[in-house]
Amino acid sequence: MPSTPLLAASRVLDLAQPLPLDCGLSLSAVSIAYETYGTLSPARDNAVLVCHATTGDQHVASPHPITGKPGWWSRMVGPGKPIDTDRFFVICANVLGSCMGTTGPASLAPDGQPYAMRFPVITIRDMVRAQIALLDHLGVDRLHAVVGGSMGGMQALSLAAHWPERAARAMVIAATAAMPAQNIAFQEVGRQAIMADPDWQGGAYYGTGRAPDAGLSVARMAAHITYLSEATLSAKFGRRLQDRESKSFGFDADFQVESYLRYQGESFIERFDANSYLYITRAMSYFDLAEEHGGRLAEAFARATARFCLVSFDTDWLYPTENSRDIVHALNAAGLPVSFMELAAPFGHDSFLLEVPALDRVMAGFLSQ
Amino acid sequence: MSAALRPDLAIIAEHVAPGTRVLDVGCGDGVLLAALRDKRCDARGMELDPHDVATCVANGLSVIQGDADSDLSFYPDRAVDYAILSQTLQTTKRPDKVLDELLRIGRKAFVSFPNFAHWRVRLALLFGGRMPVTRLIPVAWYETPNIHHLTVDDFRALVKERGITMEQSWFLKGDRLTSAAAANLRAEHAVFLISR
Repeated sequence: MPSTPLLAASRVLDLAQPLPLDCGLSLSAVSIAYETYGTLSPARDNAVLVCHATTGDQHVASPHPITGKPGWWSRMVGPGKPIDTDRFFVICANVLGSCMGTTGPASLAPDGQPYAMRFPVITIRDMVRAQIALLDHLGVDRLHAVVGGSMGGMQALSLAAHWPERAARAMVIAATAAMPAQNIAFQEVGRQAIMADPDWQGGAYYGTGRAPDAGLSVARMAAHITYLSEATLSAKFGRRLQDRESKSFGFDADFQVESYLRYQGESFIERFDANSYLYITRAMSYFDLAEEHGGRLAEAFARATARFCLVSFDTDWLYPTENSRDIVHALNAAGLPVSFMELAAPFGHDSFLLEVPALDRVMAGFLSQ
Repeated sequence: MSAALRPDLAIIAEHVAPGTRVLDVGCGDGVLLAALRDKRCDARGMELDPHDVATCVANGLSVIQGDADSDLSFYPDRAVDYAILSQTLQTTKRPDKVLDELLRIGRKAFVSFPNFAHWRVRLALLFGGRMPVTRLIPVAWYETPNIHHLTVDDFRALVKERGITMEQSWFLKGDRLTSAAAANLRAEHAVFLISR
């Protein structure tokens, strides 16, 4: 295949049919914003679907249109990179419920007003339903691989379990088959911060000139801590003070870590919708693949046909190795080919996005099987 | 293909029937798995060392990071035709329980280990009075992963006591097969095929 420059094709698919949802409702006029990289082979067998995490987007390897920053996984996706766009047709779509072009609570409902809290509560499987609709549109019957970290890993698991014929491989990084209580708890803190902000206005803040920026910022600050490790925070900031010689005996951001978190919160509100944050974290807290199989996770994979590769990180306390091991044991019990390893990396949950050379090797090797 | 394999692995690779399902417990960097894959086996591995696991997966093998002492219980009964434990039995906390698990998961099991009753080992202990360091047992006592040294006769006795069937055995001196006669004294290394 000739080497193509890393040119992302940015498109929006408007679904002709309503999208049925787990809650029993269906959503009409759904749009899916997505990017593709590389070329789909004539046999249509080289497609890799990359699923993004909670606040990610379709700009996996192209600059973010608002922040101008490089794509969130540009270290992993590109020509000659582990997910090699010279070889694979890489697809990445903004998830259902998000705010980067795919239908979400900020989108207009059929009555011409934003959905806001009228948007139905969605699930991880609903997000995957939208991904499947996109694959149907692209004419990809069977993915070479579905790949994702964190919430992206949950989508990869859901796709492999519920649409067993649609993926030959599933790469699941720093994820879980059922949201642990601690994570539900942290996400509830984030949602309560948003809903406690008077500017949230019951979710109907669109067009009012006010938005729950303070609440969303606090939600992001709390979540951001969970993505890091104590070692990272200590090494990066320690107890160092921010642009000052001594403590102010006030409530400014005295410490560098405080300043850093405030910056994370403030920059997040420029690119993310507070209601999307509510809906997406809700979908994650509802995620439990074994639930409809009486808690027997192996049965969720009874019809799966994919080869699986699971990776956890030793400093990830948000989705600890045990979560991945549970999946591995279920896949073993289901007789499916599975690889698993806990990689050493200092960055906590965010390790899957950062410089971990072992992950690159494993990704490239697994995709070339 | 087998030429590059360690002698005990070459024996195992040669005697695993093509196209069978295999679990290699303690598969290291996956050299045996790769040889078995070439025999069209559905060969999977378990390995404790994450670097080795990453090497295996990077080479397209299905390997999970796990501990023979604790993680075999998650495999279903009769999941594979052969369970393989090469040069690992003597590193486990409870070799007897690991053997039980191998024969639960596999219809048959290959087990290989260095023979602690080889005459060089005996001489080293008898005359040196120190824990032997030999070609097959190359690491000093304080840093060896081998915590349950055993001999050919120890293994034979355990197998008999547990009602395990000894299907076949091979004894190695260097990279050459040696006879079963006086193997407990003369073999540096043993490979057994067992079943229950």
